[in-house]
Amino acid sequence: MMESLKDKSKNSVARRNFIKKLTFFCTSLLIPSFVNSREKSEKAKKWVLTNGYSPAEHYWGMGVAINKCIGCGRCVDACKRENNVPREPFFFKTWVERYRIFKDSETIVDSPNGAINGFEYPRVEKKAIIRSFFVPKLCNQCNNPPCVQVCPVGATFKAEDGVVLVDSNYCIGCGYCIQACPYGARYLHPVTQTADKCTFCYHRITNKMIPACVEVCPTQARIFGEIKKKASPLVRFMRMNKIGILKPSLNTEPKVYYANLDMEVK
Amino acid sequence: MKSLWGKIPEQIPRLSVLLVILVVLFIVVRSRLVPPDFGKYGHYRASAVDEIISQEIRYAGHEVCAECHDDVVGAKKAGYHKNVACEVCHGPAVAHTEDPGSVELRAPRARRYCPLCHEYRPSRPTGFPQIVSNSHNPMKPCITCHDPHDPKPPVTPKECHACHGAIARTKSLSHHVYVPCTRCHETPDEHKVRPRIVVASKPKTREFCGECHAKDAPSEKSIPRVDLATHGERYVCWQCHYPHLPEAR
Ligand code: HEC
Ligand code: HEC
Ligand code: HEC
Ligand code: HEC
Ligand code: HEC
Ligand code: HEC
Ligand code: HEC
Ligand code: HEC
Repeated sequence: MMESLKDKSKNSVARRNFIKKLTFFCTSLLIPSFVNSREKSEKAKKWVLTNGYSPAEHYWGMGVAINKCIGCGRCVDACKRENNVPREPFFFKTWVERYRIFKDSETIVDSPNGAINGFEYPRVEKKAIIRSFFVPKLCNQCNNPPCVQVCPVGATFKAEDGVVLVDSNYCIGCGYCIQACPYGARYLHPVTQTADKCTFCYHRITNKMIPACVEVCPTQARIFGEIKKKASPLVRFMRMNKIGILKPSLNTEPKVYYANLDMEVK
Repeated sequence: MKSLWGKIPEQIPRLSVLLVILVVLFIVVRSRLVPPDFGKYGHYRASAVDEIISQEIRYAGHEVCAECHDDVVGAKKAGYHKNVACEVCHGPAVAHTEDPGSVELRAPRARRYCPLCHEYRPSRPTGFPQIVSNSHNPMKPCITCHDPHDPKPPVTPKECHACHGAIARTKSLSHHVYVPCTRCHETPDEHKVRPRIVVASKPKTREFCGECHAKDAPSEKSIPRVDLATHGERYVCWQCHYPHLPEAR
């Protein structure tokens, strides 16, 4: 009786040792990948592009003042011209929606041809409108981008400056990212058959210019700038306004900030 | 030794060979498919970023025009269109700035162009200058009266409805149709020239509406009366009645 108990305790010490060593060994297997990823992010911090821009020194965002938008659609037009987006409907990197909320609380949202030619109105509205406004939309440049998570080949990614980009030479056009985007901000380019979307005009902002839509907005309803620097038009915008983001419950952490966001805006 | 080798079931060595072949195949295929700079900084092709920034720039930005068109830039800077970028109306201009002799920009001289921004639209923010183009000096191009670079109206508007169209229209359908705007808003003439700098006043107290609507007010008999002391006592009147369309029912 005693004997067998003793044996058992001896046994269990050995087993404990075994498990200890096993855990230690297995964890040590992770060390190289840990070191590797730290090394990578160290390298990325020093990365300078061919035009002298270093991504890690910036962090971009956009502010949209809904109460200033006049729905002229100049941003939609300029975006298509700047970025070679096909002129026909369905292909937009940015577009403007019109919200009409009626007294019986029905809400109609539309965006005829993305508002590239502005909006037409019926002569007489069928029902009384209680409030109405325009909402410019674009890629929200999420901090947790669902589109990046689903890409099977790593053709869409978040750059060091927070901008979500598409590598059109590597994209296989499977369309998963288009399905995954909760904001409907992506489309399949009809010529290249690859995914495409707003890049904050990456070719402009890396050359010390502002995105084309911001350049042409006549009422300064769009504000572009650094999120993390102390002095930036965007920081001032976020200080002076009450800010909302689209679909906060999805935890995508958008970097497009809306001032005076109505609860009807989805 | 031999006996140990013999102890291994035959399928194990065979499967191991297969496994090794598969692993080698995987490594070969992967190294051919995945570009060499993939994963250098993150889970993407590092050279993609340089490809993206090499896209052609079309919009030059409003600063560069000043170099050659300082007259237009100067005129625009002081006017209503100071924040409307040149390229909104003239289109993308990088090609023009590089070779102004051969690349000419279009100028939107047609009348239908300006209403894109200025047509009266109920969804537009109040205070943005809007006209109804069917009735605003029809048939003439806008630029015969408004310089596109400094579009101040050729004469100061007499009526409030030139700029407050929506309110004027609303009021014209309301019980207050015969109460002039200036009865409730003291409006300096300068307001019509520089509306954002010189603003009109707005009624401040309940007693103001009481001047016509109080029980003992010396106003027309037909005007409906309320007891100022009890009617909606804790609020100013326009928290319940929109003054430009007062509704009692
Ligand atoms: C390097 C000098 C230069 C720069 C920079 C420049 N322009 Fe010009 N631009 C010219 C010259 C020269 C002409 C006259 C060409 C002619 O008469 O054929 C001209 C003509 C024009 C015209 C007249 C077209 C017409 O119908 O008469 C417009 C509009 C114009 N420029 C707009 C712009 C805008 C907008 C910019 C800024 C993005 C700009 N330009 C920048 C040199 C320049
Ligand atoms: C609201 C639209 C609008 C904006 C903004 C605008 N223009 Fe024009 N521009 C016009 C129109 C319309 C004409 C044609 C005027 C005419 O034919 O009388 C014109 C004509 C011109 C001309 C040729 C005739 C002239 O007056 O010398 C030049 C040069 C020019 N614009 C440059 C500029 C520059 C530079 C800017 C930015 C500082 C600018 N424009 C902004 C609408 C605009
Ligand atoms: C892209 C939009 C846009 C276009 C196109 C445009 N404007 Fe404007 N316009 C504005 C803005 C913005 C203001 C300034 C409004 C403010 O002060 O709040 C303005 C102001 C004005 C005003 C002054 C209104 C007042 O308050 O007295 C006039 C007049 C005017 N524009 C005429 C024109 C004419 C004529 C054209 C066509 C050549 C034109 N606009 C094209 C955006 C535009
Ligand atoms: C040239 C165009 C113009 C004319 C004419 C004009 N207004 Fe205005 N008014 C404006 C603009 C633009 C604003 C918005 C100012 C702002 O938001 O800062 C404004 C604002 C107002 C306000 C609100 C001020 C506030 O503190 O919110 C009142 C009241 C007003 N106007 C009354 C009048 C009356 C009454 C008349 C006629 C006697 C008139 N306006 C004529 C352009 C005009
Ligand atoms: C015959 C000359 C004439 C023509 C053509 C003309 N306007 Fe005007 N515009 C005026 C005058 C005068 C005013 C001053 C207000 C009034 O008396 O109606 C004015 C005022 C305006 C205002 C200021 C109203 C406000 O709400 O602040 C805008 C905007 C405007 N015009 C735009 C246009 C546009 C756009 C066109 C072309 C579709 C145009 N105008 C054509 C003479 C003209
Ligand atoms: C019976 C008095 C009365 C009359 C008549 C009147 N208003 Fe007002 N108005 C007010 C009051 C009160 C407010 C403040 C409303 C508020 O703060 O909610 C106001 C607010 C405004 C505002 C700023 C807020 C807004 O609704 O955009 C403007 C602009 C304005 N009035 C213009 C006009 C014009 C133009 C007319 C003539 C067509 C006019 N008002 C006639 C009483 C009046
Ligand atoms: C100059 C005198 C005058 C002033 C000041 C005035 N009103 Fe009136 N009000 C009238 C007249 C006239 C009527 C219409 C009577 C009728 O229908 O015959 C009226 C009608 C009304 C009605 C009744 C509408 C209905 O459905 O029967 C309300 C509510 C009202 N006014 C609210 C206000 C408020 C709120 C103010 C202050 C911002 C105000 N009024 C200031 C003259 C005035
Ligand atoms: C708390 C909301 C509220 C406030 C504040 C308020 N009213 Fe009213 N008012 C009403 C309602 C509801 C009615 C219609 C029911 C009734 O007759 O009591 C009405 C009716 C009226 C009428 C029409 C009475 C009739 O016999 O047809 C007038 C005139 C009026 N109000 C003027 C005023 C004036 C002037 C003030 C500011 C001193 C004011 N109201 C403040 C809610 C309000």
